[in-house]
Amino acid sequence: MHEYEALIVGAGGAGLYAALEASKTGKTAVLSKLYPIRSHTGAAQGGIGAALGNIEEDKPEWHAFDTVKGGDYLTDQNAAILLSEDAIQAVYELENKGLPFSRTPDGLIDQRRFGGHTRNFGEAPVRRACYAADRTGHMILQTLYQQCIKNDVVFFDEYYVLDVVMEGQRCSGLVTLNFSTGEIHIFKAKAVLFATGGFGRMFRITSNAYANTGDGQALLVNRGVPLEDLEFYQFHPTGIRGLGILITEGVRGEGGILRNAKGERFMERYAPTLLDLAPRDMIARAIHSEIQELRGIKGDGSVDDFIHLDATHLGKEKIEAKLPDIAEFSRTYLGIDPADKPMSVHPTAHYAMGGIPTDLNGRVIFDSQGTTYEGLYAAGECACVSVHGANRLGTNSLVELIVYGRRAGQHMAQYVKGADFGIAPPDVGEPARARLAELRSQGNGPNPESLRQEMQRVMMENVGIYRNGENMAKAKNTLGEMRQVYTQIKANDPSKAFNTQVLEILELGHLLDLAYMMTACALNRQESRGAHAREDYPERDDKNWLKHTLAWLEGGKIRLDYKNVDISRWAPKPRKY
Amino acid sequence: MKITVEIQRFNPESDSKSYTRKYEVDAEPTDRLLTVLLDIKGTQDPTLGIRKSCAHGVCGSDAMVINGKERLACKTLIKDVAQGEGAVICVEPLRNLPIQRDLMVDQDKFFKNYMHVKPYFMSSEEPKEKEFRQTPDERQKFEEGTKCILCVSCYSACPVIQEVNPNFLGPAAVVQAARFNDDSRDEGFEERLLQLDYPDGIWPCESRFECTRVCPRGIKITKTINFTKRKIQQHKS
Repeated sequence: MHEYEALIVGAGGAGLYAALEASKTGKTAVLSKLYPIRSHTGAAQGGIGAALGNIEEDKPEWHAFDTVKGGDYLTDQNAAILLSEDAIQAVYELENKGLPFSRTPDGLIDQRRFGGHTRNFGEAPVRRACYAADRTGHMILQTLYQQCIKNDVVFFDEYYVLDVVMEGQRCSGLVTLNFSTGEIHIFKAKAVLFATGGFGRMFRITSNAYANTGDGQALLVNRGVPLEDLEFYQFHPTGIRGLGILITEGVRGEGGILRNAKGERFMERYAPTLLDLAPRDMIARAIHSEIQELRGIKGDGSVDDFIHLDATHLGKEKIEAKLPDIAEFSRTYLGIDPADKPMSVHPTAHYAMGGIPTDLNGRVIFDSQGTTYEGLYAAGECACVSVHGANRLGTNSLVELIVYGRRAGQHMAQYVKGADFGIAPPDVGEPARARLAELRSQGNGPNPESLRQEMQRVMMENVGIYRNGENMAKAKNTLGEMRQVYTQIKANDPSKAFNTQVLEILELGHLLDLAYMMTACALNRQESRGAHAREDYPERDDKNWLKHTLAWLEGGKIRLDYKNVDISRWAPKPRKY
Repeated sequence: MKITVEIQRFNPESDSKSYTRKYEVDAEPTDRLLTVLLDIKGTQDPTLGIRKSCAHGVCGSDAMVINGKERLACKTLIKDVAQGEGAVICVEPLRNLPIQRDLMVDQDKFFKNYMHVKPYFMSSEEPKEKEFRQTPDERQKFEEGTKCILCVSCYSACPVIQEVNPNFLGPAAVVQAARFNDDSRDEGFEERLLQLDYPDGIWPCESRFECTRVCPRGIKITKTINFTKRKIQQHKS
């Protein structure tokens, strides 16, 4: 039995920032299923948005408005305003902690353009994204991990959470698996933060790491916690053909252009003002349409058709200076130099706008009134505060990690000072122990790998960029059946120590639960908004659907409820770019 | 094309020593080796132990020895290591660290050495303005070290650790120290100096360039180590 006042699950940007803050007053530990510096924050490339105005005039208010409009007005406006205001201080803090930002000739933090970020409420693109070449996430992750080392934050590397200890509406600890021994460890805590990231691995083509399996969300769902706005899932327009590896929007921020087989700059037809820097949902749909209308590079409209991202006119020097990793990915995986030839790309499953509902301090909410649990927090991609609404703008994921990870950590630091430890009954680990024993017992069962591939295919084909009721209803049934099949799976590997197969089976279960819930939420929402594009309901419907979805999974059945959207600052308008 | 993948195996719960197992697979020349290994795990042998995460060469999880050289499995395409039908790819765990299971090694010592050099930003002053000013040239001076993903490849390839001094700090730790020592904003050089300037610290390096040869991030490691050695010598004289 371990005892910490604050426990952080996940060692990406949100978790590490929260740990730094929480450890200022409370005994804090970070549990992570990966070595911390392997977390997926490190794969973020292009930048972190903050209205520093280092290059040209900019204001937090413009950033907040862009975030709200980018989210197709499902964004909670109070959360977006806080995000854009706190972003400035957060970026300076990171710099002051040593983050090696790229610099202007005057020695200030340099800034570049990014999709949907504009000056004066949509007039033209603005240089708002602070960046470190195309390794911004890597530098954030490194900087925060370094600071955690400096401040003696305790880490439990390769510990995997199996269950959450809840006493009514209060969280009092975690049941975990030590990967290196296969033993169960119980952690008692006054406060627990989930910062476990996204779940792109439910799709066949994704930019996400293998580790992005929605563990935190699924574990909490299993304990009766609802999830918010799961139907909104972002496809990034530019993933490497066939592999889905991310090619940052920063390429277009630096001047890169999307072209179809005829060489046309097709975004002129879809977003005449912002062109290639329109929000991601619009560009992903535009690429999809070009391919469907046989203007993809292959020209056959097939699922593996693609378009070109042309950066050749930027020149080798600029590409190597500002986009060195992109150049390297391009050489490694496409066999071309982006200075010589355009890159072959298509949309790739990228980011969950929805997640564990929280208030502005990261406290998890359990009903439509916004009532919070005690001692339970979430931040980062696994959470939904909601700043991204129906579609996230580029760079705002990193902004959210820093701003809301920090806020949640600060709140925990205060909370643990006045709170007591709860009671973790001696048998609290039994359900998890029994589940592990069952998984490790020998016997024949369905092959987890075929089930995983089938889930990824079903989600890609039916709950992707464009959706319709008929296909989603079928997909929901299929996923329901797959969840039944899943219960029969056994590990062929009975070992206790370093058993990767057992972890992968648990992760698959999490993905299946979330895929099932996402499909149900998407089927239920009869409108098109942001990343949720319905062929059978092509218009946004503010009268009936300007509301957040809350979904529970109860004994295999989905229960839904709704929560109001904060629209206190800007009235919803049609979304044109 | 049909290829054979020979993987070094070891399970501490059932094996007294490592052995090699062969797997026949059908792979495309442009497939990532990581994908092929996971395909083997998914369809032929689920007990295969391997670490992985980002799958595109930025997280550092899947460094291993491939045909005798340290590489990231996700950044290695089949055509890079296997030519033609029937080719054999030999996959082993990293060297210089204890094997935990199959392709996973215990990285504890590597990270202890990393933390030993105080790999974090130190400054006694608050910036005069909102950010510390730093010119693009000053920023460029420590660019190399910022690229490191702590994948352990250099540590595994280091012949000094293998043949001369197993307690040598290792290449990555020095690179991490240099990343801060060469940063115009940082003031921790003297503190870090104590962590580098001792017999098992920076000095065992013999400039044999194996680290530089294998670094998947293309960091000029040996050059960085030699630069740091000179900086220490200049400081002391």
